[in-house]
This record gives sequence, structure tokens and C-alpha cells, in this order.
Amino acid sequence: MSGPTTPEANGNLAVELIEITKEYPGVLANDRISLTVRRGEVHCLLGENGAGKSTLMNILSGMVRPDSGEVRLDGRQVEIHSPKHAIELGIGMVYQHTSLVPQLTVLENVMLGEAEGIRLNAPIARERLAELGGSIGLDVEPGATTGLLALGQQQQLEIIKALWRGSKVLILDEPTSMLTPQGVAELEQIVARLKAQGLAVVFITHKLHEAISMGDRVSVLSRGRLVGAIEPEELRSSTHDELQERIIALMFGGQAAQATGVAELTDEVEWHAPRRPAAAEPALELDGVTVVPGPGEIGAHDVSLQVLKSEIMGIAGVDGNGQRELAEAIAGQRSIVAGDVRLFGHSLGRFKVAQREKLGLRYVTDDRLHEGTVGSMSVAMNIVLKQIGKPPYWERGRIRNATILAKARELIARFDIRTPGPETRVGALSGGNIQKVVLARELSFDPKVVIYSKPTYGLDVKTTRSVRQTIREQAEEGVTSIVISTDLDELLDLCDRIAVMSRGRVAGVVDNGPNAQREIGELMVGGKAA
Amino acid sequence: MSQLLLASGAFSTAGLTALVSGAILVCVPLLFASLGELVSERGGVLNIGLEGMMLMGAYAGFVAAYHGGNEWLGFGAGMLAGAGVSLVMVLFCVRWGLDQIVVGIAITLTCEGATALIFESEFAQSRPSLGAIDKVAIPGLADLPVVGGKGESNGSIFTQPLVVYLGLGLTVVVAWMLRRTHAGLNVRAAGDAPGALDAAGVSVFATRSWAVLFAGAMAGLGGAFLSIAVVGGFQDTIIGGRGFIAIVFAMLARGRPLWILAGSFMFGLSLSFADWAQAFGIININTDYFLMLPFVVILLVLVLFGRRAYLPAALALPYERGSR
Amino acid sequence: MTDATTAAADVRELPPSETAGHAGLGTAGEVLVRSILPLVLAVGTGAIILAAIGVDPIQYYKDIWSGGVEFAAWQDSAMRTAPLLLIAVGLIVVFKAGIWNLGMDGQFLIAAAVIAGVGPRLEHHLPNAINLILLFLIAGAVGAAWTIPPALLKARYELNEIITTLMMSFIGINLAGILVKGTFQDPTTTTPQTRSFDFSALLPTIPGTESVSRRWPGIHIGLLVALAAAVVVWYLMSRTSFGLRLGVLGASLRSARHMGLDVPRLIVVSFLLSGMFVGFAAATEILGVKGYVRADWNPAFGLWVVPLVFLARLNALAVIPYVVLLSLVSIGGDFAAQNAGLTSKFTLLLVGLTLLFMALTEWIVRRVELGGSYLPGAAARRARGGE
Repeated sequence: MSGPTTPEANGNLAVELIEITKEYPGVLANDRISLTVRRGEVHCLLGENGAGKSTLMNILSGMVRPDSGEVRLDGRQVEIHSPKHAIELGIGMVYQHTSLVPQLTVLENVMLGEAEGIRLNAPIARERLAELGGSIGLDVEPGATTGLLALGQQQQLEIIKALWRGSKVLILDEPTSMLTPQGVAELEQIVARLKAQGLAVVFITHKLHEAISMGDRVSVLSRGRLVGAIEPEELRSSTHDELQERIIALMFGGQAAQATGVAELTDEVEWHAPRRPAAAEPALELDGVTVVPGPGEIGAHDVSLQVLKSEIMGIAGVDGNGQRELAEAIAGQRSIVAGDVRLFGHSLGRFKVAQREKLGLRYVTDDRLHEGTVGSMSVAMNIVLKQIGKPPYWERGRIRNATILAKARELIARFDIRTPGPETRVGALSGGNIQKVVLARELSFDPKVVIYSKPTYGLDVKTTRSVRQTIREQAEEGVTSIVISTDLDELLDLCDRIAVMSRGRVAGVVDNGPNAQREIGELMVGGKAA
Repeated sequence: MSQLLLASGAFSTAGLTALVSGAILVCVPLLFASLGELVSERGGVLNIGLEGMMLMGAYAGFVAAYHGGNEWLGFGAGMLAGAGVSLVMVLFCVRWGLDQIVVGIAITLTCEGATALIFESEFAQSRPSLGAIDKVAIPGLADLPVVGGKGESNGSIFTQPLVVYLGLGLTVVVAWMLRRTHAGLNVRAAGDAPGALDAAGVSVFATRSWAVLFAGAMAGLGGAFLSIAVVGGFQDTIIGGRGFIAIVFAMLARGRPLWILAGSFMFGLSLSFADWAQAFGIININTDYFLMLPFVVILLVLVLFGRRAYLPAALALPYERGSR
Repeated sequence: MTDATTAAADVRELPPSETAGHAGLGTAGEVLVRSILPLVLAVGTGAIILAAIGVDPIQYYKDIWSGGVEFAAWQDSAMRTAPLLLIAVGLIVVFKAGIWNLGMDGQFLIAAAVIAGVGPRLEHHLPNAINLILLFLIAGAVGAAWTIPPALLKARYELNEIITTLMMSFIGINLAGILVKGTFQDPTTTTPQTRSFDFSALLPTIPGTESVSRRWPGIHIGLLVALAAAVVVWYLMSRTSFGLRLGVLGASLRSARHMGLDVPRLIVVSFLLSGMFVGFAAATEILGVKGYVRADWNPAFGLWVVPLVFLARLNALAVIPYVVLLSLVSIGGDFAAQNAGLTSKFTLLLVGLTLLFMALTEWIVRRVELGGSYLPGAAARRARGGE
């Protein structure tokens, strides 16, 4: 555990967090966490989803105030009142979900928040943009509309914004979650350059191998507490495997049972040989499907894909390359302007969502809060919501509460949904349980083909495992699955084949196997640079 | 024969001047209110209470001008009144995040009731009115036929009270502000992505508050102009839905103030056309048809172009830090 | 952020609608604060304003009471309840779906103008009962028809309905005037108004009631129609799948699409129902109370009713007491205003203040607990034109 000061490092200390504690209703997000961030060093904050990393960084960036504890910058104690204050103090935050205004141009976005003068000074800004961009190796059009830039470029723009303000501490929150392998490599180079310039970099991640490879120093968080730290000397001198073991031991305290959660953190993915079903009949066929993009979208162009019965087909690709548009088109929420979608040979044509549901097509949306569930309604109601008006839950338009509750209880037990009761509002449940409600609904009533969109996004390890297990079990029972995910590890773990989407097109389909990761990387890059 | 004589008068200089000047009288209050609402909506706040703010401005402006004897006092009072009412929006909606539409309706209702009440109690018997206010004739241009307006009782384009030219100037100023200043950039960010603005260290509350206050002041000014310069008096139906029309214009303008100028003038022209055609006997249709015309036109415009109406992404959504 | 934080933060953004399962109103204390306190505050503030302009508030409110209740005036109040309740019911149907139908006044007037014009001509051709039922239906149809342009525009193009309903409202008000002055003009007089119905042709009254202060023999059965409508709509909204569908649409457009609801159809149907009830409201007012329409008549009941609908949390039964209260205050208010030499628009002030205070108490309650509110947050999203 790194203490507040050691004599030789004193002059190098950019930030010290001392006994930071933050509590939310029912959850202790940060429990007396202390750590230090040094200049010219990359400090990785490692922990699973829900461990408290983001809360900690929100405190440092001024979005949130701690309940107790101290923050020291350059040895002086400070209270960070607001993002503005944090920026003034030299703390620059690069958020996981970009905090740029998509509708403005690149130049306007970097000028946002500058305090000098009334008029916008474009020429000077342009110069500075070129200068800063050059120093980290980014080249971007000042007049480009930000929302149209690739995600990787948007992220780099955010880094420039942070530098623009003269940040001395740069916090990167899960920066690789949206990047292609090449994008990650570019990011590594940029981070190296920033380090060389003397910045203190905090790198937040939930991927163990990333922490080991990127970090000079690693702090491990688990359930709100700092469970261990790995000093630079140890990082330099130990092997990858040794470090992995050490970290796992820190996180799970050597209890073998919990070590089963490890697979998600390590890159030891158990890919399995593709299971080709005996009768290779296609369950779902996409034939030249084209979806018109809305504002800020890419849409889908001439997508052709065949998914065999009881197969698990993955769709890999950086977020925003048309996956959602495609999923919605298959589900019937969007219309297609060209091509055909066939379910077991029958064209779905103009069938609407409800009709496709009846035929066994299900869609587990990635937006579980605003689309997948109605937060103000009960768990029970959400579970039967797609059966509105149908017997036995509705009889001639009238609701049959008892039947609904009975079914809800059955599913709550089956899917292990943690809720005070079937009548609790879904909005009050945790993310993982909300996801289970969605799964309970979609996987009941005889599903045949299920599209899962980012099914484990933002969930804790335990729920992630159970969701993936559910997907496997469904496949065993003959359900055809399509898994859309930005997490390559997840796809390699689950899928028989993996399609790669880029720019709204399918760049290729890869069989799962030892070469899969490389092939997928190549396809992603070949389609378009990150 | 007399019909013809009458009708020929319509196209005389005096007749056409009346048409144009009438248009301006209707256009100006709408212009002020719409410009203000444009800024507010661009910043993400929808002001359904605009009608109420105009009403308050009309009343306060009238009273101040009446008692003070000077129209500038009236305009100033109108702006203050409008801004004052908008403070309710600032507090309830920007600061506390309550629903903008409900609060807006509440403001309009309350202002309608309050102004009617206070006006009745003060002026129930007297029904006072104001005289015409001074106009400024632009040298040279004011001598032009039809659009010059020198010496005409209602002026014309180039002979108008100073405040009208200020209004025209304001259109340009607002356009410039939104495009080329930090304040304008902040407003646009507040309307499109308030989270980004907050992360950039700018107060979303402050930005939106100023935008709303501006809208309130402009609405108040528009109302005051209506009571002081156009009608010369006050009655509780003086605004007659113009506040709502201003909201529509602001939505249709797609963030461009010049469209508001064009739209307001068109609206003014169509209403003025009704009076003009009636007065000169050109058309003998019920005036009501012409009163209806602007709304029908707006509806048509909506159908044809409204689908591409650009509304700020975060319009009418309250901003809460930490809700990302 | 932890899962709980995400969930908690997002709950704050969640829109209200009837919660399944958990009791909507909770403890008695909560009921008091949320449903009664705004009224009390509004009345109090109104008193202060009255005092400020030199009117004795106590006397004023007493006059409201006597003008609204005493000397059989309560029957007039009861008659005022009919159109207000029908409009309230019409608003509940759309608000539940998160749709802002702000065009009630136009729908009301045009329906009124049509039946006031058409009615007297039918008078002698059909038996009275048939005539009345027919006119009711016509009014409902006209009101519903007036919602078709905004409904279709919203359903097909996601056009913002605030604008379209407001525009239709202005058009409707003017068109009503044109009709009354033109086709439906009473040929026997120069005043711009329609021909009056014979008294015998008006709505029958509830036996046993007697309105002393006016010329009508008693409370017309329009009140019963309104009450029946409230019960029907309550049942529809809370017990049927249709009501649930509207509720889902009101909660989230995206969820509604995802759940497979036929969103365009729901939009159109709820708009039509809403217009229909507003049309019925016009019918009760013309056929029960007025008997004719003057060209410049516009009672503008619409916006008055909006706060009541929210106070009652979009519950058609709960809105009844509020509507009764408003009717009392508006009828009594006319009387009190006359006595005090004030405009009768004071009622408008009270209504506006009530809505403001309701928003205020909402904020206070929200700070205290993270419960469901009755202000439509999701509707705000809709206000900017679809998601």
C-alpha cells in the first residue's frame, strides 16, 4: 500500500488521495482509499466493474465530493468544488463516454470553456491545435464535425482538450473499451509521449493484461477498497504470469471459489472449437440488408449473413459501426430499404415487432434502462410487457394480476433476480438485476432466435458470468444466438463464429479458434482505421 | 365605379405604405419575442410561459410609459417585467429541474390572471391610452415612396421608432453572438450536450439562466412595444397568442435569427394584408380568413420543412450533474 | 460508477406514470402534501394579492362560496362541472401517453359551432332524444376530426404536437367564428350568433333539481354523461391493456417501440379519443346551458383543466373532486368579482398559482424521497419531437 510520502518521491508527487470515502444509498463506493500519483508515471487503477474506480475519479475531477478524506495536489491540501475547479487545478479527465459536443466542430469543442474574452479567437486556437496535436501525434481537421469523427479520434481530441487547459494530471477512464487493436496501439504511443512530457497519467481499466502492460504502477480496487498495489520495481522485475497471480490473489484473497471470476480479468480465454450443428439449416438469414442511418448514425449497408440453428454468432466491431441499426432492423423496430430478413426460410418482410416476437425472434437491447425496461413499472409488469393483451395474462382486454404475479415469481426464481418482490419498481434494482429482468422476459415464451446486444456491459463479474452461462445454456437447448459486443474476449469466449462489422458493412466472418483474435483485428483495421 | 375608385386607392403610395407599415407593427413584437426564445431554446430551455412574459411586459410597459410620460421608460419596464417573470423559469426549471412545460403553462395562466386583475383594479373606469410615439426617419431613405414613410402617421420601413431599428440590429447581434462568441458557444453546448459543457468547466445553470432571462426580457420588450407603440393601450387580450407563435418561430428557425426576421415579417404582412384588402374593398371576404391564414401557413411550413427542424438535443431536459 | 449508483442516478430521471403494484398515493401525509398543499398555498397567495389591491380577501372568498354554492348556485356549479370534467378526461387519455394535446380550445369551439349551427335545423325533423344523441355524436366526431392533422403528423413524422395542436387551435377558433358569422348565422338578428335552440330541445334535467338563479329548470344530464365518462376512462386506463399501452408510451417512446406496441396507431387513437371527449364537453355546454354560440365566445376551459389533471395524477376518478372545486370557484368567482368590481379572471390566477405551487411541492417532496412524481418528465422528451 503506497503511503502518502516517501522522501525521494516527494518532489514528484502530483496527486495524493488520503482515506477517501464516498457512500451512496446502499453502497459504499469508496472505502478509505489512499493512493498517490506521480509525475512522469502511468498509474493504473485496476478493478472490476463496480469496484469504485469511476467514483474515485469523479471525486478527483470535481464531479462529486467525497464524504471524508483528503486530496493533496503538489503537497497542498485542496477541496475540488467542481469540474471547473479541477481544470483550474490542472486535473484533466478523459471520460469513457466522450464529453464533447457532437454537433460542434473540432475547433469549437477545444475552445469550449476558455475564459478569455468575448469573441472566439479561431486563428490562435487553430495554431495551438496544430501544435498540441503534433506533440502527441494527432492530426485532425479543425472544421470537422466532432460527432462524425471516429471514436478513437474523438478520444484523442479529448486528450488534446485536457492538454489545452494545461493539465498536469491526466485521467483516462477505460480508454480502450471503444478502440480497435490498432487504436489501442496508437493510444499506447500517445501515453508514452505524455509521460515523457512529465504528465502524471492515471489509467483506469478492468482488464488485467492492460494494467500490467500499460502501467508503471498498479493499484487494485475491489468492492470499494484498495486491496493492493504493485510498485514499479515489482512490475519491471516480474513476469506477466507472476504479476497476474499476484493481482488475482490481491483481488480474491486466495479463495479458490472466487477465483472462478478470474477468467474475465485475464486474457486466458477458453475458446472452444466451434460446434457445428448436425443439420446446418439457417435459422436467420440477412440478405443484402440496408438500413438508412439517422442523424449521427452509420446505418447498415448491404449486410448479408447466415446464422445456423443453435449457433452462437458474434458480431464484433467498434461501437457505432451500424450494429445497433442492424439489430433494430432484424427485430423490426426499424424498416429496411433494401434486402431481406428471413427467419427459418420465411421472409419477415413487413412483419412488425410484435409479430416477429411471436415467431420466436427476441432482442435483448443494450439500453436496458430506457428501452429494455420501463423503470417506473414493476418487475412483474416488465416481464410480461411484451405479452400485453394476450391470454392468460389479459382476458378480453382486462388484466389478470394473479396470473402475472405467478409467472413473475417463477421467472424471478429461475433467473435469480434479486428483488424485494415482484411488485418492486424495476428502476430500483441494480444494473445486473435489471439485465436479468430483460433476459427473463426475452428468454421466456419460447424463444427461437435471440439477438443479445452488449449483454454484459457495465455488469459486475458475477452477473457477467451468469449471463454468459445463460447464453450458453440457451444455445444447448437449440436457441440460435447473435451476440453483439465490443468486448472481443467475450466474443471469443462465447461464439462459434464471429462476424466483424465496420462502417455499416460486414467486413468478414471468422471461425472461432486460436487465430481468431488476429484475424478479427485485421478485419477491423482493413475496414477502417480506428 | 366607386368600387373601382376605392380599389385603385389600394395601390396608391398611401395604400401600399399602409400595407408595409402595418406589417412592421405586427412584425416587431413577434421579432423580439422570437429572438429571445431562439436563444433560450438553443440553450435547451423551452419557454411555454412566453405568452405570460409578453403580457407582463405589455402591462408594465404601458403603465410605466403612461405614468412616466416616456416610451423608453415603458420599454425598460417591459424588459424588467419579462425578465422578472422568467426568473420563475430559472428557479423552477433550470435550477430545480422541474418540468419546463408544466411550469410554462403555470406562468402563462398566472400572468393572464394577474395582469387582468391588476389592470382592472387600476384602470377599470378610465381606459387610458397613449399617444403615438416619436419616430426616427432615416435621412434619404425615408423619402422613398412606399418604404420611406416620411410624414406618414404610421411611418414605413425607414421611418420607425428607434426601438424598431434596435430590434433589427438585435437580429444581427444575436446571430453574431451565437456563432462567434464564447457566450454563444456555451449556449449551443448547453442545448446540445450540457454534460460536455459541465465537464469543460462552464456552469450549465448559469448559461441557461442567462438565456432564459434574455428570452424573458425580449418577450417583455415585445409586449411593451405592442402596448405602447402599436395599440397605445392595454387590454387583457392584447397578446392574443403571439407568445405561442414566437415559440413556434423559434423552433422553426433552426438556430438562425435571420429566419425569424423573415418569418415575423411574413406574418405581419399577412395580417396587414387582411386589413388593407378590407379597407380598400379589394376583397370582400371575412377578415377572419386572413387571421387564420398565418396559422395555416405555419402548419404547411411545418409539414413541408418541419421534419428537418433542428431542435437542440437537450431541449426541455433538465440537467443534473452526475446523471451520466 | 457502481451499478447502484447508475441505477439510483437514472431513477431520478425516470418519468412517472402509474406504478403497478405499489399504491400510488402512499401515506396520508404524502397525499396531503402533494394533493392539497398546493391548493392551500395558492389560495393563501391569492389572498395576499387581493389584499394588495385593496380587496378584502376573506369577503372575496366568502363571496366565492356563496356565489358557487349557496342559494342553489351549487347547481350552476354542477353544470359547469360537466364540460370541465369531460375535457379533463380527454386530457388524461393523451397525457397518459405522454402527448401534449394543447389544442383543446380550438377543438371545443369548432365542435360547439357546428352543433349550434346544425342543431336548430334538425330540431323539428327528429324526435328530441334522437336529436340530442345525434348532436352529441356529431360534436364528438368534429372534436376528434380536429385532432387528426396533429395526430397524423406526429404519428408519421414525429412532428412536435405542441406546435401543431396550438396552430390547429388558433385555426379552429377563427374558423368557428367564420362559421357562426356565415353559414350558421341566425337570420333573425344582426348579432353574430347562431340560432337558438328551443328550450324544449335542450338536454333534459335531472329530476328533483332546480336552478333558482337561472332560467334553466335544473341540472342537465350532461353532468351524468361526464361522470360516466370519467368512470369509463378510469377503467380503461387502469384496468385494460389499452391503458397499459398508453402508459408505456407515456413512460418511454423507445420502450414502447421495443415492446412491440403499434406506436403510430396508439398516437392517433389517443388523440382521437381526446378530441372526442372535448367535443362532448362542447355538446354539454351548448345543449345543456347555452343553446347558442356567439361569434366571439371562447370560455377557454382547456388550460384551466391542465393543473387539475396533474394534481389528480392522471387518475380519472381522482380528478372529479378537483373539477368540482374548480367549478365552484369559477362560478362563485364570477359573483365575487362582480361584487368586488374585479375581473373574473382572478380564477385564472388561482389556477396558475396552484400549478406553480404544485411544481414547488413536487420539488420539495422529491428532495425528501426518491418516489414517483406526477410531472411528466418523459413528455418533455417528446416535446422536442420524438426521440
